[in-house]
Amino acid sequence: MALQVNKEAGTSEAGSARPGVAHPGVDRQSVARRDFMKIAGLSGVGLMLGFTTKANGAVATVVNISEQSPTAVLSFELHPFVVIDNAGTITLINHRPDMGQATWQSVPMMIAEELEVSMDQIKIQQSDGLRKYGGQLSGGSSTVRTGWNRLRQAGAAAREMFLQAAATRWKAEKSDCYAQEGRIYHKPSGKSFTYGELVEDASQLEVPKELPLKAKKDFKVLGKSLPRPEVPSKVTGQAQFGMDVEVPGMLYASIERSPVIHGKVLTIDEAAAKKVPGVKMVVKAERPLPYKTCEGVAVLATNYWAALQGRKALKIEWDNANYPAEMSTDKYFAQLREIAKQEAPAYSTIGNVSEAVGKAAKKLEAQYETPFLAHAPMEPEVAVAHVKDNGTCEIWAPVQGPDGAIEQVSKYLGIAPEKVKVNVPFLGGAFGRKAYLDFVLEAVYLSKQAKVPVKVIWTREDDIQQGPYRPGMLSAMRGGVDDQGNIVAFEHTLIGESISGQVFKSFPAGKPDPWAGEGISHEESPYAFPNAKVGFLRVTTDIPIVWWRSVYASNSAFGHESFVDELAHAAGKDPLDARLELMKDQPRFLKVLKTLGEKSNWYQKLPEGMGKGVAITRSFGSICGHVFFVKKEGSGVKIDRVVSVIDCGMYVNPDNVRAQTEGNIVMGISAATKPGITFVNGKAQQSNFHQYRVLRMDEMPKVEIYIVENEEAPGGVGEPGLPPIAAALCNAIFSATGQRIRKLPFDPAKLS
Amino acid sequence: MLSCLHHNFQLINYMAVITLTINGKAHEMDVDPRMPLLWAIRDEAGLKGTKFGCGISQCGACTVHIDGKPSRSCSYPVQAAAGKKITTIEGVGSEEKLHAVQKAWIEEQVPQCGYCQSGQIMTAVALLESTPNPTDEDIDNAMRGNICRCGTYQRVRKAIHSAAATTANKKGNGVTGK
Repeated sequence: MALQVNKEAGTSEAGSARPGVAHPGVDRQSVARRDFMKIAGLSGVGLMLGFTTKANGAVATVVNISEQSPTAVLSFELHPFVVIDNAGTITLINHRPDMGQATWQSVPMMIAEELEVSMDQIKIQQSDGLRKYGGQLSGGSSTVRTGWNRLRQAGAAAREMFLQAAATRWKAEKSDCYAQEGRIYHKPSGKSFTYGELVEDASQLEVPKELPLKAKKDFKVLGKSLPRPEVPSKVTGQAQFGMDVEVPGMLYASIERSPVIHGKVLTIDEAAAKKVPGVKMVVKAERPLPYKTCEGVAVLATNYWAALQGRKALKIEWDNANYPAEMSTDKYFAQLREIAKQEAPAYSTIGNVSEAVGKAAKKLEAQYETPFLAHAPMEPEVAVAHVKDNGTCEIWAPVQGPDGAIEQVSKYLGIAPEKVKVNVPFLGGAFGRKAYLDFVLEAVYLSKQAKVPVKVIWTREDDIQQGPYRPGMLSAMRGGVDDQGNIVAFEHTLIGESISGQVFKSFPAGKPDPWAGEGISHEESPYAFPNAKVGFLRVTTDIPIVWWRSVYASNSAFGHESFVDELAHAAGKDPLDARLELMKDQPRFLKVLKTLGEKSNWYQKLPEGMGKGVAITRSFGSICGHVFFVKKEGSGVKIDRVVSVIDCGMYVNPDNVRAQTEGNIVMGISAATKPGITFVNGKAQQSNFHQYRVLRMDEMPKVEIYIVENEEAPGGVGEPGLPPIAAALCNAIFSATGQRIRKLPFDPAKLS
Repeated sequence: MLSCLHHNFQLINYMAVITLTINGKAHEMDVDPRMPLLWAIRDEAGLKGTKFGCGISQCGACTVHIDGKPSRSCSYPVQAAAGKKITTIEGVGSEEKLHAVQKAWIEEQVPQCGYCQSGQIMTAVALLESTPNPTDEDIDNAMRGNICRCGTYQRVRKAIHSAAATTANKKGNGVTGK
């Protein structure tokens, strides 16, 4: 979900430029180039436009790959996004795996706008990770915001080359020609050529640089609610997900992993497992996490059911060391509360909070707790790997980034990255989980042992009990209001385990976690508090963690925006008015807040027993605010209606902006009101959807979503709607009942 | 028979030849009779549209129709399905010949990741067969067994209402699309 946002073609690519890897020779390149042509369904050499990637991460330059042939096309610095052959087939590459966030449409739409082709004229192809199309990780809500300029530049460059080629053939002025629907027209004569007819000439031309791009008002494709091209396949059962991949000769594997995640295998009794018809092999398995390798026992069989039955028949003794005592969520949260008073390294400091709180007429302190959560995508983790005799490895798996998969698999096997091929089908949900590639490496390990393709399928219980999880966090809040009713101090210390610390062993000592400031640092949440501090304190745990949709903002915005509400009430102000006042110099925040007020009819008096709450967060480049309406029912409340406003700058498909925001609302409500993950004696206490419950149809509130129109650079859409959900909901509950919720999850039907 | 199998779970391992009728076509397979219908449909009959989500009838991703009734194939022994009429998403409609519910799903752009949608559609088709003009409450009751982690519920609801309206216009003639 959210590796740091790649400044596209930025540091992560530069860092993985693989200097140690033997440069592929010319022969290898031409072979692979042919492979590419074949995959792309190209009938002959045509025009291929891609980018050069500069090692310093500077903006990529559009280049003509066709003229670099045969060698350059495969060099790691060139990656075709636009491929047009002389039969007129237009292939646009989607370099970001689609997990439901609609990159399958958004990436080609950005290219098509300037290329002047309609969406039904193109073929879409998923990148394979080998050629680096810039970062290929779907994460950090980054696809549109990082692709916006360079993908449109690629489309524009191709269009200009076709225009020039046509003008030359007609001996006409280029200014008398125009592009439309995959053809170049000569205005005075009405003559036209298809792109396919021009491709040979066009491919000889120099690639124009830094072309002016269309203004928003001239968009034909972008900004339109076009139907997504893959939807028909998803309503007919034809879309291929990772779970649906079959490779000839493959065995199915189910892996028993220690219920105490880091436990080691002491003994295995495999006799009963081996008697299950279809079981071919029982073998110790490896589950490589990025920072350590866990153990398990795998049963390989000719069908999945047999593998599962074999697994159930295993008898394994585990050495759990001291983990049962160490891995306890109660113990972890107690530690967070214990260190909450410590001085925290800060993301941002304004004035002096301690001094201001000391002088304040009203002093407030509160702690807000958010639980560990599983991602629980509907498609559990699954991967097919084939480690072949010839020293290559092929993967078919729903991964969020094929480039990362190549890097990890090649490192794991000790083979060159060029020897790893990754095929990415559609992802049946991911939410960050499928950017953590333990499940792929498990399949690689087993295929190496079994010498056949192996498909590892996680059960739902594996998914929920084995992690990694969103970390549970504590927000320690402090603030003050003066005797004039001004909020004069605000402090937020986010406390808990660091993803960069645990997963990447790169926690910067003496500094706040590099990612956890998203949504709450002063830069992200620019309330005009005269004294403010936002900081981070790390507490380690052995419970495996990783990014989860909107990462730390999904935890931290709860405390942040609930406490703004507390301070507003302490100041005797309406919570929306207080925010409007504190954001008076922030026009984009103001616009979202005012739109929320207007669309929710905020100032209208509510009937008895109803309450309303507002919260707003900027994260992943967009500002999103929600107003929740709740009504008292029995001993709790029911969520009645949600009004959302998002300012994501310019956008690709407004219907998809709404869809993603709807999804964020549902996931945010689940995260706030359904059981989280708890660990007792080293084991997750939840195992499947009967315990790890999520929102269902009968609990779905009415949702209205409004998009702010402007011409700002695009922001993210997949995540920014989620962070402010819990706070908006709990602020509404406070307004209806006077009860302040400071610990998630809670059951809205049973408030005390 | 089945309870006996459960009691002797670890002791009895055997296979049986079973014939399933899926979407009107017979599929013969040599399988463990306790294998859930889900895996028989996916791995033996090769129809991948029916999905695995939880394995314990909690999420609905595996929903198929057995003799017209929406059923969780992940918890339905293949042996018990022999001789019954099984319909999967592939039997509901194709891109060339879409069912009214599938059409509505496209019009409302319901799917995000799409993984749960086969199950959602199978449940919705069955709902409209029994209740051609469902209320929101009918929809809640029928659809609460189908989890969508992407959060498409509002669109599912809208699509069901719109499919109901479309088929009502056709005088109740088209819900099954067959």
